[in-house]
Amino acid sequence: MTAQFQQARWNEPLLSDIGTPGERGFIPSAPEAEIVARVPDTLSGIPASFQRAEPPRLPEVAQPQLMRHFMRLSQETMGNDVAVDFGLGTCTMKYSPKVNEHLVRLPEVSGLHPLQHVDTVQGILEILWRLEQMLCAISGLDRFTLQPPSGSAAVYTNASIVRAYHRSRGEGEQRNEIISSIFSHPCDQSGPYSAGYKIVQLYPGPNGYPEVDALKAALSDRTAGIVITNPEDTGIYNPHIKEFTRLVHEAGGLCVYDQANANGMMGIARAKEAGFDLCHFNMHKTFSSPHNGMGPAMGASGVREDLVRFLPAPVVEKRGDRFELDWNRPDSIGKIRSFVGNAQIAVRSYSWILALGPDGIREVAETAVLNANYLAALLREVPGMSQPFPTSNTPLEQFRWSLEGFKEETGVGSSDLSRNLSDYGLQPVFTSHHPYLVPEPITPEPAESFSKDDLDTFGNAFLDIARRAQADPDDVINGPYNNACRRIDAAALDDPDRWVPSSRAERTRNRTPVKGD
Amino acid sequence: MPHPYIPNSASEVRAEMLRIIGAKSIDDLYTTVPKELRYTERLPMEEGIPEEGRLRRHVTSILNKNTPASEMLSFLGAGCYQHEVPAVCDEINRRGEFVTSYAGDTYGDHGRLQALWEFQDLMAELVELDVVTTPNYDWSTAAAMALRSSVMLTGRKRVLVPAALLLDRRLVFADYLSHDVQLDEIPFNEETGLLDLDALRAALADDVAAVYIEYPNALGVVDHQAPEVVELAHEHGALAVVGADPTGLGLLAAPGSFGADFAVGDVQPLGMHMSYGGGLSGYLAFHNDPAVIESCPAFIFAKTETLEPGQNGFGYLNFDRTHYVKRGEGSQNGGTTTALWAITAAAYLGLLGPQGLRELGEGLMQRSRYTAERLGEIPGVTGPRFSGPILKEFVITYDNHEVAAVDDALRARGIFGGKDLSVDFPTLGRASLWAVTEVHTKDDIDRLVEVLTEVLA
Repeated sequence: MTAQFQQARWNEPLLSDIGTPGERGFIPSAPEAEIVARVPDTLSGIPASFQRAEPPRLPEVAQPQLMRHFMRLSQETMGNDVAVDFGLGTCTMKYSPKVNEHLVRLPEVSGLHPLQHVDTVQGILEILWRLEQMLCAISGLDRFTLQPPSGSAAVYTNASIVRAYHRSRGEGEQRNEIISSIFSHPCDQSGPYSAGYKIVQLYPGPNGYPEVDALKAALSDRTAGIVITNPEDTGIYNPHIKEFTRLVHEAGGLCVYDQANANGMMGIARAKEAGFDLCHFNMHKTFSSPHNGMGPAMGASGVREDLVRFLPAPVVEKRGDRFELDWNRPDSIGKIRSFVGNAQIAVRSYSWILALGPDGIREVAETAVLNANYLAALLREVPGMSQPFPTSNTPLEQFRWSLEGFKEETGVGSSDLSRNLSDYGLQPVFTSHHPYLVPEPITPEPAESFSKDDLDTFGNAFLDIARRAQADPDDVINGPYNNACRRIDAAALDDPDRWVPSSRAERTRNRTPVKGD
Repeated sequence: MPHPYIPNSASEVRAEMLRIIGAKSIDDLYTTVPKELRYTERLPMEEGIPEEGRLRRHVTSILNKNTPASEMLSFLGAGCYQHEVPAVCDEINRRGEFVTSYAGDTYGDHGRLQALWEFQDLMAELVELDVVTTPNYDWSTAAAMALRSSVMLTGRKRVLVPAALLLDRRLVFADYLSHDVQLDEIPFNEETGLLDLDALRAALADDVAAVYIEYPNALGVVDHQAPEVVELAHEHGALAVVGADPTGLGLLAAPGSFGADFAVGDVQPLGMHMSYGGGLSGYLAFHNDPAVIESCPAFIFAKTETLEPGQNGFGYLNFDRTHYVKRGEGSQNGGTTTALWAITAAAYLGLLGPQGLRELGEGLMQRSRYTAERLGEIPGVTGPRFSGPILKEFVITYDNHEVAAVDDALRARGIFGGKDLSVDFPTLGRASLWAVTEVHTKDDIDRLVEVLTEVLA
């Protein structure tokens, strides 16, 4: 097999370098003459010292050239619409149905102002409410807020609710620790940290998940709760999870389930039965809303009945046939972001779940796990590929395996192999979150959207790159070759004396200091 | 019947895949999930609608219960605005390559990374600060992150914020900061709507981590004292976080030009539809100082060279500072935010350029001043309530009528009136905040004046 793919390579100049002074791409509607006649001085009341001295150094470019510029940049981007994207494990890349893109661009969604009277937004409130009912069914929990605009924000929301809960019981000061595990998502620690918690980290035992004894040792009267992903990033399910939640409850803590990625578990097992008090789902992962290049997104946070009073304001209430926004929430944690959240994401996820229904949702989970195990069977053939734990052989929706043996043999590591996948028109495979407890890791996650052919294509490409690396390590180390750009000088990204976050920063750095400056 | 979204749902394919895996059934793949945790019932939810046409009709029938502000005559603002959205912006942000991309890397996603870098590049010029991050969720969360960074950088635990603050912003600050930071509010001048500088001087001390000021503020007033506020903060070793609506920055001094340490605001007005608040996207800018960058883990992209001379490549600037590496050891939370809106805002700024942005700002000021004065001439209306300069919003008060009742009457006549401020600012009485932008014509404003006159008569 040889790489057949050639990505567009436009060597497109920077936006600030295209166009000619005097050009413009858009003219905002001017006020009518009567308005100008009555208010001739636009800057009345603004002191001269607060008026902009120099116009901003923005491009001056006509519309056709600007449009072409961005279309070319889009051609140099491998979204899931154009590439097999399941390499990005832990991200649950899946198909985002086009009908939903059409729905969210209707003025009945895009033209809504968040402060419109509720009588005029009954439709969007109904969608929010209906989606909430679905998430309650999938989790077994009692209420959800759709306000958090990302998975990290949802974990942070849940940490804030844990904080409010203990405060309400007079234990806010004492319970200042959150337990998590190193194979849980990084935000399971940074979220609680941002909410003021000290993090107690659990490390995996011989089976890849934390042992019950490790949890027991971590528990104390300082424990506010546990925030944990299961299956963890490794695709390994902790079978003692019910015992975990029992022990945390016994110690007086709350149990928070990170279900950002629930793609292998929907309809199979729920937060409620495992004993969790709170959970969250990422609408832009499991529930098909596109990732939008990294947002806007939505993390839905769910809670048990007795924690509902802490949810951020407002919540959607159904009274008879009417939907309302309840702002009167004296115990609420406050707000996670403005207004109700990214409502357009809710429309997409509602429509996706509805397209599938209860049977389809379960089929999604089963197919995701089938795909992961099939891909595992293909990648088991890669020389030097190993499974870090005995449990790694029966993954759920994704798996984290190691190419340590391959690196030892060839000098070519997992990130080198991964990077070269883009020469085959495939999104590179995710290595691992930090720290790399599994050496030379890869973490693919082939969600239900990918066909057996897609999986075969990926498996064959991976094997081909491995063969090339064995034959000529430099061939792979210097790749990829067929993308929009060649191998970068990555050291400059981490060096404060060389990094370039903007042209302005470059100018500042290059300006010769003038005496007395 | 195989579902259109699930290719491997045909039974022959599944059987073949199971054979290669070496499993008898799907259930065999779930052996690690204990039986007692298995959910054996059918999920209690709405029945599926796999046919696209029927699904579309169903969802549309629900959405049709909405009356979009964009189809009415609306004067709502207060953090989310109806501006003109260039068709080019919509075209760019519906490209499937961008929409369905995520965390692809330097090679596969070169174009996305360049577009995000260009957002940083143009915003840096606009606010006159060297580093701009991938935007946060919204103005409020960007400001909260800057204030948290200030606390981390100074080791101090008190921040001063204006009392003229949107309620949402207050509640976001309360959640994000108040568990270990004291938030003190600085009142506004009842006549001008500007920050009370004497009160600020009295509150400032060497325990203050940051002072926050914005223009326009929650009363629509362009607080041109921002440079003095920055100076006062710095005199006490505090950092200055300055919020600025980017639609004013073609005309008004940029935060970086008068010494702001952080600049924040929302780029929703730069090419994003309102989407019930889903168009918000909070920019965050600061100096190219490694300590500041370290304190604030929002993604930043850097430009670098490649093996091919003259070619640009892009990658994460110092990824190790993000929460993905630091986890629970000293990092704020980060992750997915609003990248698609950053790409759109870059296109918007490129389309308008310096001249377009200036004309936009001028038009906003002229229309809003015109409308405020016209409304003020209506018997029973006092307006504009504050004498300070305005950009696109202003406050009026009714002498005798409750805001909610007037809003109801206006709505019955096809007009969405300004935001009722009686909850956010009860001391202002029967006050409301009105937003006027380039979407409003003189005819629109005349119609408003006519209808409001009739309602109040």
